[in-house]
Amino acid sequence: MSNLTDLTIAGALDGLAKGRFSAKELTQAHLEAMAAQRHLNAFITETPEKALAMAEASDQRRHAGKAGAMDGIPLAIKDLFCTEGVLTTAGSHILDGFKPTYESTVTANLWKAGAVMLGKVNMDEFAMGSSNMTSYHGHVANPWKRKADKNAMLVPGGSSGGSASSVAARIAMAATGTDTGGSIRQPAAFCGIVGIKPTYGRCSRWGIVAFASSLDQAGPMTRSVEDAAIMLGAMAGHDPKDSTSVDTPVPDFRAGLTGDIRGMKIGIPKEYRVDGMSPEIEKLWGQGAEWLKAAGATPVEISLPHTKYALPTYYIIAPAEASSNLARYDGVRFGLRVPADSLDEMYELTRAAGFGAEVKRRILIGTYVLSAGYYDAYYLRAQRLRSLIARDFTEAFKQVDVILTPATPTAAFAEGENSDDPVAMYLNDVFTVTVNLAGLPGLSVPAALSGEGLPLGLQLIGKAFDEATLLKAGQVLEKAAGFTARPEA
Amino acid sequence: MSLDRKTVAHIATLARIRLKDEELDLYAKELDGILHWVEQLNAVDVSGVEPMSGVGRFALPKRKDEVTDGNCRDRILANAPEPAAGFFSVPKVVE
Repeated sequence: MSNLTDLTIAGALDGLAKGRFSAKELTQAHLEAMAAQRHLNAFITETPEKALAMAEASDQRRHAGKAGAMDGIPLAIKDLFCTEGVLTTAGSHILDGFKPTYESTVTANLWKAGAVMLGKVNMDEFAMGSSNMTSYHGHVANPWKRKADKNAMLVPGGSSGGSASSVAARIAMAATGTDTGGSIRQPAAFCGIVGIKPTYGRCSRWGIVAFASSLDQAGPMTRSVEDAAIMLGAMAGHDPKDSTSVDTPVPDFRAGLTGDIRGMKIGIPKEYRVDGMSPEIEKLWGQGAEWLKAAGATPVEISLPHTKYALPTYYIIAPAEASSNLARYDGVRFGLRVPADSLDEMYELTRAAGFGAEVKRRILIGTYVLSAGYYDAYYLRAQRLRSLIARDFTEAFKQVDVILTPATPTAAFAEGENSDDPVAMYLNDVFTVTVNLAGLPGLSVPAALSGEGLPLGLQLIGKAFDEATLLKAGQVLEKAAGFTARPEA
Repeated sequence: MSLDRKTVAHIATLARIRLKDEELDLYAKELDGILHWVEQLNAVDVSGVEPMSGVGRFALPKRKDEVTDGNCRDRILANAPEPAAGFFSVPKVVE
């Protein structure tokens, strides 16, 4: 039997169905991988006992002929999802000891489909970061190394850094992530895995710690496009508890992976050739268009004229929403409390001690742009820009079915690079953030190795609620790229 | 527009975050850098463009105005730092 931790979800489901191994054996193999790779610091909370109990229950269901769509599949859950009775920190000191008395809808859906929880994975504090270096629980390592410098510790990307690292390192078969400006797609690209941010409204946000509510969306992080299709199907669906979750049918994404993209029109936006993009990534982008063309699609040059304004627009809107969402962390109802003589002082000291530097920076920016006198100049202007950015996509999708872009401007960087200047760090999200502003689905697929031996990703952007087309085209890219490299164990 | 220590101190008060003296200088510099960078948005003519507060493709649904849960005081208080007699407790606010 091949190593159980190397299997895809599709492969594992097949093996489980044929009785080649049990869910308990599958989970045990992953728990051993988890214990062997603690140096990555991918997990904040390990739940091995819960995992084995869930796996046993899965075996019983399968035995009784009642296996669900993901029965027995061991998953890592980003620590932004509330899990009943299990520590949930959002990577922050201010949520010390917080054990939710409820389960997020997305994780509840996954457990209902039979999946097994290995534990809660590390992330940038409140999902604010592109390197996983802002977590209170320490940095996460990318399992990949540069060929020429094995000592440099590379970042896994962020904010879903623990998710990406654990999936790439074969600790978890797949993981949940959340994406507010690229937090699924950028770490997926940095770690050589697949990540999809679904259409806003496709997955419920209920029970997910909020960062910027009009942008946040949960999605799967997997090692194949087929796995992403399986897992998205299990996560998605209407939830009356989230009024922005949309009541529309969830298609059978896996069945839609026909490989037939003949006649499909692929938009190539000219504005995505930005300064600072590595020549390797530019070349890979051209290669991606060729691959799709060879499969019968037609590349079409398109224009998304407001692209360059997306990142500054995002860095007004997201902090504004965050400053409001994070007002609830005040030491009264949950988490950290710093005792003080007055209520105001207790709020101020608790929040000063509980939030890290990046979170404070964004709360301050958000408070400023919403404050009297600056609201129109910053926030309202950003909202108008958001309309223009969304309109660019509406126009583009009159001509094309999907859009192809790079996923990130560079391969994974090392700790210390980019970190002295917040704006330089924010530029990591330059290709991903437009999709969140417009509420569209975006998929990152590993497509090549850089000269340094690091994974590079391509991104496909789809029409709203058309993840099926996105995944279908993504699987064609995946097959053409034939990305089989993996980090050294 | 440039941001000074005094403005940062005012924002910090609004945000209920106590900043140390040296943090005021650091954040003034960083926030000023970020705000300077976002001012490139002023180059776009946005007159007549509707502001977009969310994706909002569908009208927000309404539910019936009725209690759907309740009797869960202990669950709500389960994570409170200092619950007292079935309540959240805070420092005294009225003399």
